[in-house]
Amino acid sequence: MPDTFFTASPHWTWFIIPYFFVGGIAGGAYFLAALLQWFGRPEDRPVIRTGYSLAFWGAIISGALLTLDLGKPFRFWHMLFQSENFPNLMFKSWSPISFGAWAILLFGACAAVSWYGKGGALLAKLVAGLGGLLGFFVAGYTGVLLSVTNRPIWADSPWLGALFLASGASTGAAALALFASGSGASERSIRWLTSFDSQALVVELILLIVFVASLGAVAKVWLGFWGLVLLVGVVGAGILWPLRLHFKPAAASAGFHNPALMVLLGGFLLRTVVLLASNSIAAHHVASGGMP
Amino acid sequence: MPAAMGFFTDTTICIGCKACEVACKNWNQLPATHGGVGEMSGDSYDNTRKLDGTHWRHVKFIEQFDGPYNGRWLMMSDVCKHCVQAGCLEVCPTGAIIRTEYDTVVIQSDVCNGCRACIAACPFGVIDMNAAAGTAQKCTLCYDRMEVGLEPACSKACPTDSIQFGPITELRERATKRVAQLQAQGEKRARLYGDDPKGPLGGLNSFYLLVDKPEVYGLPKTPKLPSRNLKPSGTFAAATGAVVGLLAIVGLRKRRMDEIGEGGGGKGSQN
Repeated sequence: MPDTFFTASPHWTWFIIPYFFVGGIAGGAYFLAALLQWFGRPEDRPVIRTGYSLAFWGAIISGALLTLDLGKPFRFWHMLFQSENFPNLMFKSWSPISFGAWAILLFGACAAVSWYGKGGALLAKLVAGLGGLLGFFVAGYTGVLLSVTNRPIWADSPWLGALFLASGASTGAAALALFASGSGASERSIRWLTSFDSQALVVELILLIVFVASLGAVAKVWLGFWGLVLLVGVVGAGILWPLRLHFKPAAASAGFHNPALMVLLGGFLLRTVVLLASNSIAAHHVASGGMP
Repeated sequence: MPAAMGFFTDTTICIGCKACEVACKNWNQLPATHGGVGEMSGDSYDNTRKLDGTHWRHVKFIEQFDGPYNGRWLMMSDVCKHCVQAGCLEVCPTGAIIRTEYDTVVIQSDVCNGCRACIAACPFGVIDMNAAAGTAQKCTLCYDRMEVGLEPACSKACPTDSIQFGPITELRERATKRVAQLQAQGEKRARLYGDDPKGPLGGLNSFYLLVDKPEVYGLPKTPKLPSRNLKPSGTFAAATGAVVGLLAIVGLRKRRMDEIGEGGGGKGSQN
């Protein structure tokens, strides 16, 4: 039996799954908005504004979800300051939760500045540059966080950070395409987002295959309900189906035929599957030890 | 600086009386499960089942039987291993988990905010939440008792001395002699688990004498630190970020080229 099967579940469930999803969207959307601010055109302005708005509200929702998930929510600040030596900072560069807490705080600050949108053009670009990098960090560190444990699936592969980052990029682009369409975004901006989303989905699919392959013998855990959700929900409905809709725009419409909605559904299911499949593997209960 | 202290648990003389579990609960004032109306496991005489936030000691009952008469019981009083390189301490983002002057690992409940990173990081599944406290909890190796010169409650209560407490170097010598004694008596499967300071996690300050493979006792063969994945996982994520970022920039560049090709041109970048 793999060593990771002797460990206990941290019960990260219905606050953490939406956080991983929202954090990925916020990070991906900010990164793309920042790119457009640096290299885009005036007509991209509605997409940029939508990106900063998604990032700002995403950061707020993320902070709220993370705080609510704590056993002691009012001690959330213990992540940032040494509670017994206030105001000395609490920071461990080798602990993903520690540097993630700081990254979300700084990301939220950048998102707030960009969303507020005042100040000089150079300052705005610098903040967007920093926030964009932090955005990708926020989207990807959650996967690294899971790998830096001893739990089944999560610690059995070093590819979760990469996979979550690609998913953050694809869901960020999908959310931008979905919300910016109603904010006066030009057809050209949306086309760029859709084209990028297709590429991000292909990267995500490749990384998902690499992730499952890297699990080795542990990959057997997918021979069950969560494997079915991964195959049908994440790969089928969340990656292949929207890719088809992207390449045959005539087939795209509302609901299941809206590629952006399906990408978002796939991104949510990916995080749900990765967290709950591992959580469902309880610490190995020893009752019968075979024959001596 | 006091010597490194710990437990040596000789599972061959554990009789499964659970005095250690009771003494631990009593001294540390840990609440009963479901208000004292515990659920039966249904597959074992072991109804505690696992270590968690309110069970800091757990006596495992492992049945190795072929038919009703042919077999044996393995009994092992499990506890936090107080690893020399501790995964829980490594990941704790609040600094609540500390290494004490006795080289033991303690969670400070007034600092912990219940993020549960330590639960997923422990290679042995030792830590869990204590619902009453709202924090992650585990064995402290009776730090409060050690501070006043008392031995931990569990080892004090153990009627067979299966759980022995003392300086780690002394315990290792005693354990090595005991293995030799058992081997000489014909129990060739006798072995130590976690006694080697050059072994996994720098050795365990709570180590065991076993008479079967570690997995049989629910122990990982080679416990590892969670940080082993930090570098590869971070590198792959950063590389993916670079690839995805490049794809986005190339896409913007292509859009610009298409515009020029169409004769649009435009006014360059915004701002």
